[in-house]
Amino acid sequence: MTTKLFGEPVRRREDARLVAGNGRYLDDLGAGALAVAFVRSPHAHARITGIDVDDAIDVEGLVAIYTWEDLPEGVREPLPLLIPHPALTHGRTAYCLAKDVVRHVGEPIVMVVATDRYIAEDVCERIEVSYEFLKPVVGLENAVEGPNLVHDDVPGNIGAHLVQEVAHRDGRATRDVIAAAPHTLEFRLDIERSACMPMEGKGVYARWDADDRSLRVYSSTQTSTSVRMAIAAKLGLPLPKVEVIAPDVGGGFGVKIVHPWPEEILVPWAARLLDREVKWTEDRREHFVSSAHERAQVQHVRVGFDDEGRVLGLDVEILHDHGAYTPYGIIVPIITSTQLLGPYKIGSYRVEFFSVYTNTVQVTPYRGAGRPQGVFCMERTMDKIAQYLGKDRTDVRAVNFIQPDEFPYDQQMIFQDGRPLIYDSGDYPESLRKLKELIGWDDFPRLQEEAAQQGRKLGIGVGCYVEGTGVGPYEGGHVQVTSDGRVHVSTGLTSQGQGHETVFAQIAATELGVPIEKVSVVTGDTRRFGYAVGTFASRAAVMSGNAIALACRKVKEKALQIAADALEADPADLEITDGMVHVVGAPSASIPLATVAVLSNPLRYAFDEEAKRATQFATGGSMEKPPVAEGQEPGLEGKDYYSPVRSTFASGMHAAIVETDPDTAEIKILRYAVVHDCGKMINPMLVEGQIHGGVAQGVGGALYEKMAYDEYGQLLNASFMDFLMPYVTEIPKIETDHLETPSPLNPLGIKGAGEAGVIPVSAVVAGAVEDAEKIVIDRMPISPSDLYALRDSSRTSGAVSLLRNTQ
Amino acid sequence: MHDVTLIVNGVPRHARVPARRLLSDFLRHDLGLTGTHVGCEHGVCGACTVLLDGQPVRACLTFAVSVAGHEVTTVEGLADGERLSPVQRAFAECHGLQCGFCTPGFLTTVTAFLRENPAPADDEAIEAVAGNLCRCTGYQNIVKSVHRAAELMAEEGP
Repeated sequence: MTTKLFGEPVRRREDARLVAGNGRYLDDLGAGALAVAFVRSPHAHARITGIDVDDAIDVEGLVAIYTWEDLPEGVREPLPLLIPHPALTHGRTAYCLAKDVVRHVGEPIVMVVATDRYIAEDVCERIEVSYEFLKPVVGLENAVEGPNLVHDDVPGNIGAHLVQEVAHRDGRATRDVIAAAPHTLEFRLDIERSACMPMEGKGVYARWDADDRSLRVYSSTQTSTSVRMAIAAKLGLPLPKVEVIAPDVGGGFGVKIVHPWPEEILVPWAARLLDREVKWTEDRREHFVSSAHERAQVQHVRVGFDDEGRVLGLDVEILHDHGAYTPYGIIVPIITSTQLLGPYKIGSYRVEFFSVYTNTVQVTPYRGAGRPQGVFCMERTMDKIAQYLGKDRTDVRAVNFIQPDEFPYDQQMIFQDGRPLIYDSGDYPESLRKLKELIGWDDFPRLQEEAAQQGRKLGIGVGCYVEGTGVGPYEGGHVQVTSDGRVHVSTGLTSQGQGHETVFAQIAATELGVPIEKVSVVTGDTRRFGYAVGTFASRAAVMSGNAIALACRKVKEKALQIAADALEADPADLEITDGMVHVVGAPSASIPLATVAVLSNPLRYAFDEEAKRATQFATGGSMEKPPVAEGQEPGLEGKDYYSPVRSTFASGMHAAIVETDPDTAEIKILRYAVVHDCGKMINPMLVEGQIHGGVAQGVGGALYEKMAYDEYGQLLNASFMDFLMPYVTEIPKIETDHLETPSPLNPLGIKGAGEAGVIPVSAVVAGAVEDAEKIVIDRMPISPSDLYALRDSSRTSGAVSLLRNTQ
Repeated sequence: MHDVTLIVNGVPRHARVPARRLLSDFLRHDLGLTGTHVGCEHGVCGACTVLLDGQPVRACLTFAVSVAGHEVTTVEGLADGERLSPVQRAFAECHGLQCGFCTPGFLTTVTAFLRENPAPADDEAIEAVAGNLCRCTGYQNIVKSVHRAAELMAEEGP
């Protein structure tokens, strides 16, 4: 049986080419194309006073040097602000090449085109840019306290300010509820910067066809359709004359959803201008200083709660560092603000954020996209409440859970898609039960005590999250069955390693009843599908998966109708199995789907044996009806779209046991357990892979990764040597268990799984380290030297005891 | 400019390149063998790992001229004709890759490792891949792939 594939751990169809070295990533394309390199700002904040190229123009192999002055209308305007929001009152975006002022180290100033990258970089080194230095703004509190400004016309460096409040059901404001609560706590949390760091950086390769006056662009992007529209608009080309293709993409994690990057406009522009193929491949240092970062926030929290640990009121003020520009709007702090609520019923909630400019690389979503910060806040709050009341940390969470019979649950806020934050389904008590069992929560105190007797320090932590996935507005799918029986599936969104070719083929094979070997899938190619949004926000399986399923259902309906005519049967009595349309229960009365495809397209001309059967003297049928029935189209194909009313909410809970070294303060994760609920799983093997990868990135964020900016805005660790991404030796074995609470919102009952793994890890690890050390952990990441210093300072302040209920 | 000839995947390959041409660029851009990937260009990530006379080296830290006349095996040379090697098959079977960008470096590294140690213990398998970065998989399935490759090799013999 080959056709029931939904839900099976089907092996990936991508892998045969990728393990053979036959993948085609951006820099594998365009052999012989001209190469681009950029002169980028070495200063965080400066006015450009001159650009001297005299020493550069004699380099053999140089083709062109461009500065902002050279750019035509369209290309010389600021880049688009992709997601406007009324609260983003002072949105600012960069120019493709800096105009007067550079606002972070790495901002592009001069574009060099040469015969190869070595030469392009030689030229860059010979170009002299002179600067007048301006005062850099680095660090969130420095930014809001002033007096220096990143943008002259943005007072206080505040790009956006938003207050959202869900009042208590009796109408009282959150702050009043907290003031009247039996217990209150107040604290501050600090979250560092990290970044997506896909193993492949960005890259763009463009070919201008002067005869056809058309442009083909390859970009290592998470949204080829939108890059296409941006290029057409910026270069003034008719949309049908621009094709954009995302080839194999070596990881994205969010950074490649931002678009158009300056290079995505400049490279196609230069290709057309020079009438030559042009390519730019980002190097690792460029990726560090000129792509995007995320995470950095300072949070001030006040919480009021009762004797059971039930949260009555929560008041959170967030300072969010969005770097030098805001091309992606304020999506990240909006997600932090809303997803902070997690699986809990919070009595009343007030959240206020200031999104702030600094002279650092811009901040746009990185896997989790604001959720790790929100979950860090909420889960640290839960731990502190438990600590204060002397309760088990899981009990405090449990009393605050939304119960399974309370769905759909309206959190009464507006989510990142502009739609209500209404959770569709979930079973949080069951998730917690499974997690406690998996990690052995109730048995841990004994383990901890035994370890203590051997002089070892163990701690356990827990973290819960809810993730809005599958955000709209839509995705589409196109499915075509050709006369050889092959099924061609396409969707507009892109792939960066998730295995879409496999899961979408599983869906199509299951829906159509064909062997998966007959199905091929194309993503991210505007030649095949022009309408799409992109791959981000754990949305691809939900959005394109459902769109492809719906398109398959249309194709199936048509196939059954045509087959019914041929078999003189009722379509309702027909089914498709292994590519054969047959009468249910009577497999001998059958017709291959390939033949149905032939019959679906009435022909005048025969070009092979199959086609003969569809020619005008071969087909029978009524002489009173047209060959193509009214309302029908030739061909066995169908297209449909899935556009959800709102997001579907996946959830999960993690727990970890850590050991801290009593002398060196080294932190080791001994066990890591995950219970995950993304609704119905299309392919459990790939879901687990997503969780493993997410947790690994989470461990990086919890223990190792930070962007070390100095006071001058220099990124001190812009290399893999100094920015500590985890190797295999840093990642524990991840134990997983699943729940499948189907989403009622979409036909397949699925929820997104891509980001989940990363979301609660910092909170979990902080809780575990705190438990091991009995020292308050209020920041992420926490390095051994951080912990060592905290031990020293807590000896004098006795920090943790301050949390105890002394009443 | 220098005439550089290497034995790449068993075949003599030649190109005329400047002394500063990195082996990674030589393979990718002069010879068109784009299976070797460049992830950091400073020798940390391991994506560009190739086998030089059978031993793993970072192609991004090696000048092509410095290895003239030597044998280089890239990811394209691991399969036996159309048949993927046990290491390649194990990675596919165990979901040991996602985006696949770092994968060629793991495959070459593991291939060399299993020649030296055909039945590794878990800590040895971990140690073997501890010099390569992967941002997608969380490594768990990569370690599983190492063990599976060892099994396949044992089953199939030399």
